[in-house]
Amino acid sequence: MRNEKRAHVLRFLEKGLRFDGRKLHELREIKVDYGISKNAEGSVRVCFGNTEILAGVKMSVEKPYPDTPDDGNLIVGAELSPLSSPEFESGPPKSEAIELARVVDRGIRETKAIDTKKLCIDKGEKVWTSTIDLVTINADGNLIDSGALAAIAALRNTTLPHYDGQKVDYKKRTDTPLPIKKIPIAVTIYKIGPYFLVDPTNEEEDLVDARLTVTSSSGRISALQKGGDHPLTIEDVDRMVSLALEKAEELIKYL
Amino acid sequence: MIKMELRKDGRRFDEMRTIEARAGVVKNADGSALFRIGDTVAYAAVYGPRELYPKFLQDPTKGILRCRYNMMPFSGAGDRVKPGPSRRSTEISLVIEKALLPVLSLEEFPNAVVDVFIDLPQTDAGTRCAGICAASIALADAGIAMKDLVSAVSTGHVNGQVVVDLTYDEESAEGEVADIPVAFMPRTGKLTLLQMDGEIGKEQLMHSLELVRKACRQIYEIQKAALKEKYTFNGESDEE
Repeated sequence: MRNEKRAHVLRFLEKGLRFDGRKLHELREIKVDYGISKNAEGSVRVCFGNTEILAGVKMSVEKPYPDTPDDGNLIVGAELSPLSSPEFESGPPKSEAIELARVVDRGIRETKAIDTKKLCIDKGEKVWTSTIDLVTINADGNLIDSGALAAIAALRNTTLPHYDGQKVDYKKRTDTPLPIKKIPIAVTIYKIGPYFLVDPTNEEEDLVDARLTVTSSSGRISALQKGGDHPLTIEDVDRMVSLALEKAEELIKYL
Repeated sequence: MIKMELRKDGRRFDEMRTIEARAGVVKNADGSALFRIGDTVAYAAVYGPRELYPKFLQDPTKGILRCRYNMMPFSGAGDRVKPGPSRRSTEISLVIEKALLPVLSLEEFPNAVVDVFIDLPQTDAGTRCAGICAASIALADAGIAMKDLVSAVSTGHVNGQVVVDLTYDEESAEGEVADIPVAFMPRTGKLTLLQMDGEIGKEQLMHSLELVRKACRQIYEIQKAALKEKYTFNGESDEE
């Protein structure tokens, strides 16, 4: 069944076509809506076609890690909610969700998107921790790119709650935004047979041989993640990175 | 005695917050809904009837209903809600299951499970009731045979004033408060969920239940309208 479907998709791709009428390098319709959860310090809903994902940021004051005593912390969580797909089950996060969270985390961290020194309250004692949680509402492919876009959008939507030195008062919001220095954009290029495509639906994603996620900011690459069961050649990587950098310029316009 | 003064947010004692309901919001699901009451927002998605694994959980005489209630980590007032099931969410999942079960006829689906997933992105009290309202629309949207819908909202009193649909501010007010989440099968007027936290006299309790029954009639109309809206507009559009 999978082989027949794959052959069918390959015939389409050869003509430069996809089942939903898009070209190979064409993104689906993208929507970004801010402020979808009032109790979060920042929140957003991102849709890539039928894929819908929410991101919310909670801020808290914590002890810094001993090796970074004057840097704010970052935590990224992802839940592939069983609400969002017949394939997802309840229970502790599976490897797919953990990979999603870690790829998004690494993109933000390695780009140095947040000026973490500015989130230090008391060196070695107290720093702001930004916790981003991603939750899928409808999973229809390309969760990494949509999740990464949602994460940075939610961070940019965040304002600090009031802190009196003892306690965070979540009811009192300040108008201080997070110190965002750079905007990481993740673009995943998917390979089926000899063809490269972006933003696959779930149906296409099931047929993917390999994928490469390139996170970049203003043309500089800050994180990579290869996925899928098949290997890539150096030439593949060359093409995929170029395409990813090109698409990043398109994606950032939605923020 | 009912005091007639307005509540902190300007509502009358028997007035619910603004409600919005939509069916078919999760395309991957067999049935789904969004139910918003004030600042509380619940998504519900139904998958099934589908085969139940592991097999020893199967019931050869009827299908099983399984509910999962989940607050998103950023949805609560105050600290982040730790992801994953807690004692609270496990109990709420259970009472939601019991609230929905009486309207379903699962005898037609031996060995199968109907999964109901409820996720809340934003909360301001009344989450289990909002979840039940959303789930009930989602079950109907999934085309599962039902004897009735289930409509739910909280009631109780805040310092002697009997009210419906308590906010978090009211629930956590100083003094004597009772918070009573209730679910009704609107057509028969029977209760399928009844819990309470706080303190209340019997007379006030019965008065609260009378108020909430009326409120549930209003919710019932909103739920029906959400289903009608989807199926009227969706006449010629795709069947997901």
